[in-house]
Amino acid sequence: MIAASFEYDAPSTLEEAIGLLKQHGDGAKILAGGHSLIPMMKLRFASPERVIDINGVPGLSYIKEDGGVLKIGAMTRESEVEHSDLLKKKFPIFGDVSKLIADPQVRNMGTIGGNLAHGDAANDHPALMLALRATVIATGQGGKRPIPIDEFFLGLFATALQQDEILTEIQIPVPAKGTGSAYHKLERKVGDYATAGAAVQLTINDKGICTDIGIGLTNVSATPMRASRSEQLILNNQVTEENISAAAQLAAEDCSPSADLRGSEEYKRAMVAVLVKRMIRKAVERTK
Amino acid sequence: MNKEITLTVNGAQHTAEVEPRTLLVHFIRETLNLTGTHIGCDTSNCGACTILLNGKSVKSCTLLAVQANGKSITTIEGVSKDEAMNPLQEGFKENHGLHCGFCTPGMIMRATELLADNPNPTEDEIRWGISGNLCRCTGYNNIVKAILYASAKMRGVPTASTEPEFV
Repeated sequence: MIAASFEYDAPSTLEEAIGLLKQHGDGAKILAGGHSLIPMMKLRFASPERVIDINGVPGLSYIKEDGGVLKIGAMTRESEVEHSDLLKKKFPIFGDVSKLIADPQVRNMGTIGGNLAHGDAANDHPALMLALRATVIATGQGGKRPIPIDEFFLGLFATALQQDEILTEIQIPVPAKGTGSAYHKLERKVGDYATAGAAVQLTINDKGICTDIGIGLTNVSATPMRASRSEQLILNNQVTEENISAAAQLAAEDCSPSADLRGSEEYKRAMVAVLVKRMIRKAVERTK
Repeated sequence: MNKEITLTVNGAQHTAEVEPRTLLVHFIRETLNLTGTHIGCDTSNCGACTILLNGKSVKSCTLLAVQANGKSITTIEGVSKDEAMNPLQEGFKENHGLHCGFCTPGMIMRATELLADNPNPTEDEIRWGISGNLCRCTGYNNIVKAILYASAKMRGVPTASTEPEFV
């Protein structure tokens, strides 16, 4: 399969890339890892007039901790996320996620920024970022603009990025002591999208009370989804088997999966309940 | 508008003019005439088109040829420096790691990076490591053995079993 014709630019600075975006408007697409965009172009679901390849733009690939904030450059490859010692030590949930994203070759190309900017609820990082309460940094001609993750996803393949903006960084608050997190998705085979997935991060204080919780769901809604009612049920309470089950049930009710080859709506809701339950338990285990 | 690209292919520099939409796998097969890199699914599932881009295994059906500009690629034609087979090729031969052979170039390119990153992988690590490569003949067991064989050979350890498994 061959994509429709397009013009190709490979800018060597961010300013140049933003200038090209501004100049060419809606007809231009940013090429990061390309493992969502190129397949869509080959199938002609996407036919951009101009592709702006930012792989040659320096300074967009890093994982660092800076003043209580974890900062990940948008062009950081999934394989770099997978093998980062900093993430392994402080954010084991990234290990859960990255090994489930596609396969090793795809992870060598795919980027964390692209995974988010694609705006697809079937991708894994959106749910993770909802659970971790991330902020994404959009850089445009007016400079940098922080966008809280809850305001980032607007619809299917639609995000809060403006026409001249590029997602350049992801910021995640380094959580308090007593925090644990976990992610899992049910997939039919390596490389498939999730039948359902759940990301959980929670903090438990020394009295056993949950003082912070984030739950994100993968591929069970048109837009990446936060399980708000489930979070509210656990927040400021003891994490007991009883309220874990109740929270899981609420997540299953609140999501809106559609039936496809991966299963019926009923099955997917049931899997959401199972995954939310297991990931809360695993996150609690990891607080220790 | 066509773009001129210059890249290193198996150690030799090439310059060519390509349409931006040309896929890297088509450039490799049709412009460079290196047909060892196969097109299987054409959807980045099967891994038959796996090559090394600056030493990293990637699926060349999901890259544009223009993305390889200024970079170095290695295909199956470039893995053995002389007439002799390299340890991976020898491993696949000795362990019956292929039947029809269609997936083999991709398997070997993927295993090349796997062993470069992790010279002594466990069987489990190998199975995860080749999870982006499909084989519809072997059932994978002999492929895993082939990679274990190459790992041992490259580390100078006696290659334990070369007895292929037929299931």
